[in-house]
Amino acid sequence: MYQTPAIAGSPVLTVRKNVLTVRRNVLTHQRKRDILVDVAPGRPNTRRRQSGKLKGSEVRIDGVDKAFGEFPALIDVSLTVKKGEFFSLLGPSGCGKTTLLRIIAGFETPDVGSVLIDDVDILPIPPNRRHVNTVFQSYALFPHLSVFENIAFPLRLRGLGEKVVTQRVESYIELVRLHGQARKMPSQISGGQKQRVAIARALINEPDVLLLDEPLSALDAKLRQQLLIELDTIHDSVGVTFIYVTHDQQEALSVSDRVAVMNLGRVLQIGAPFEIYEQPADEFVANFIGDTNIQPAVVTSVEGELSRLDAEGLGPVVVTCDVPPEPGHTVRHTIRPEKIRISKKRPEGLAPNTNILQGLVDERIYSGFQSKFFVELPSGYVIKAFQQHARFLDDGPEIEWKDPVWVWWNANDGYVVTPRGGDE
Amino acid sequence: MSTKSGFPRFVYIFVTFFLIAPLIVLVVASFNASRSMQWERFSLEWYRRLFFQSRDLWRAVRNSVVIALSSATVATIIGSLAAIGIRWGRFRLKSYVQTVTLMPLLLPEIILGVSLLIFFASIGVPLGLGTIFIAHTCFNLPFVILIVLARLEEFDFSIIEAAYDLGARERDTLIRVIVPVSMPGILSAFLTAVTLSLEDFVITFFVAGPGSTTLPLYVYSAIRFGVSPVINALSVVMIAVTVALVLLARNMLKYIAK
Ligand SMILES: Nc1ncnc2c1ncn2[C@@H]1O[C@H](COP(=O)(O)OP(=O)(O)O)[C@@H](O)[C@H]1O
Ligand SMILES: [Mg+2]
Repeated sequence: MYQTPAIAGSPVLTVRKNVLTVRRNVLTHQRKRDILVDVAPGRPNTRRRQSGKLKGSEVRIDGVDKAFGEFPALIDVSLTVKKGEFFSLLGPSGCGKTTLLRIIAGFETPDVGSVLIDDVDILPIPPNRRHVNTVFQSYALFPHLSVFENIAFPLRLRGLGEKVVTQRVESYIELVRLHGQARKMPSQISGGQKQRVAIARALINEPDVLLLDEPLSALDAKLRQQLLIELDTIHDSVGVTFIYVTHDQQEALSVSDRVAVMNLGRVLQIGAPFEIYEQPADEFVANFIGDTNIQPAVVTSVEGELSRLDAEGLGPVVVTCDVPPEPGHTVRHTIRPEKIRISKKRPEGLAPNTNILQGLVDERIYSGFQSKFFVELPSGYVIKAFQQHARFLDDGPEIEWKDPVWVWWNANDGYVVTPRGGDE
Repeated sequence: MSTKSGFPRFVYIFVTFFLIAPLIVLVVASFNASRSMQWERFSLEWYRRLFFQSRDLWRAVRNSVVIALSSATVATIIGSLAAIGIRWGRFRLKSYVQTVTLMPLLLPEIILGVSLLIFFASIGVPLGLGTIFIAHTCFNLPFVILIVLARLEEFDFSIIEAAYDLGARERDTLIRVIVPVSMPGILSAFLTAVTLSLEDFVITFFVAGPGSTTLPLYVYSAIRFGVSPVINALSVVMIAVTVALVLLARNMLKYIAK
């Protein structure tokens, strides 16, 4: 599955052979020259740094399809990751995130489509010559090498002198905060430390792009949080493009510049965390990101930005939409639980276009900073409303189980999404 | 192994007795001046004859050692590479290759011996050290493959992908990752191969030629004319060497594990 090893000799000659034999697309002369310069072994990045550009690279994926036998793992995936961006691929297990990452790393080849890094087609380049490094989900540390030698591995391959190696490795040990662990073997360190070694090892060659495949999934919640913050700091200090794969929406939302939400091999939405949270492209994204109330609804009338819907379980509701839906169509109406207010007393002086409903508290879950209320409406529909405990006893009288309550929200806080997403 | 109940203790004593007793008898006999089992007096006569008057025996020892080291080395190299290929390579007919390479393990030795003899005869290869070397390499291969495979099973393919990802070429990956990671398996495969080759009688019997007598063949032919106490002395020397090797190997493994 791999290229035959480059036989010692002129690197340029070897590379040229490579380009000619494995080329998939016709390259322009300019691009060919770029590849030749780009992959000259032993001098990663020198060209780029000398020209004073940003360290990270732009990754452009265009119309990529990948099937395993009959099974389509990726369907028409297109996305562009900007230079130096912290970009996340977010989606449930099995949606094709790892496959996409492996295509960028060079371990899989797409059936159709192209992958460009800084406008250079990288598909003809084997993984060991791409300026892309991966932090594997299973860490993939070399069990026979110490922490120091694991991190030094890429430098040793390039035959750098002992002094340079020691200096570089030590600075990366510093970066990932592994002081005092250098002499230990991988079997003697904790999961979090292993992950740090894997990150340092992947960064030491100063790749243009760092790929991280669920790097924190094997760690416990608290450590995950801490490492996530560190990862963000590392990203800031090295300035490399990060492509981060996760199925955990909290992780993706909290550190990413932009997120691509995937399901069943398709990219459903690409946007900044607040965009995918506040303006989900479809029902799948709305459901997958955060918690929400979502109902099928028929559009009854549209007046400018304001639409009136007949929502299943809620009855008539008003909602504002940038792009108004077609009257008569069935859409999905959704409202985030934290945007719903709840009170035992009927609120006074409500703003116009407020939806207000009455119901019984079916269940209450106290979770410290907030309470989650499940309110059963007369239709039998249970709506979720989360009340933040912003100030002690400032929320009015305590709401208990079986209390009759009012729930209300503004039309601006609800939104309309298209049914499903990805799962045709 | 201390236990209060009688039966396990009985089994323990029984097994130990039949394992150790013959060795003790052997050691005692090797220091007996008499040829018979009757104790006469302490003597180093048989050791003197072993070391100074047994040229044929030492030639056989030399043949055995040469064959064992060379066939074990070649079998270890080919077998380890085969195991790596079977574990991590992707090629057509992989499962058939695996089955075929492991088949000699299941065949009775005598069939392997006969078939090798017929094979060498039919292609006109003269029997001798060369044919013994080939035969031993051949029957050692499946053992090496099995032992190395067992070691490789413990490792994730992702360490190999990680090596490529970090810029290693295929050769770097083999030398810097795959071989060191499998080294404990490769070493124990080599030791096993040496042992199997040293002690093989049946297959060697079929493919040996004039002047290529190995130690087991020599002992067998010597014993047909009655047990020579020289053989006892040789056995004691071999036991001593084996024990020393085992202790050495154990300490070495402990050192590697650290
Ligand atoms: N080498 C492979 N052979 C066959 N199917 C595969 C292979 N790799 C992945 N798949 C399938 O492709 C789908 C996507 O896998 P993957 O990219 O690993 O998902 P994710 O990383 O999002 O969990 C899964 O259904 C998986 O079973
Ligand atoms: Mg995955």
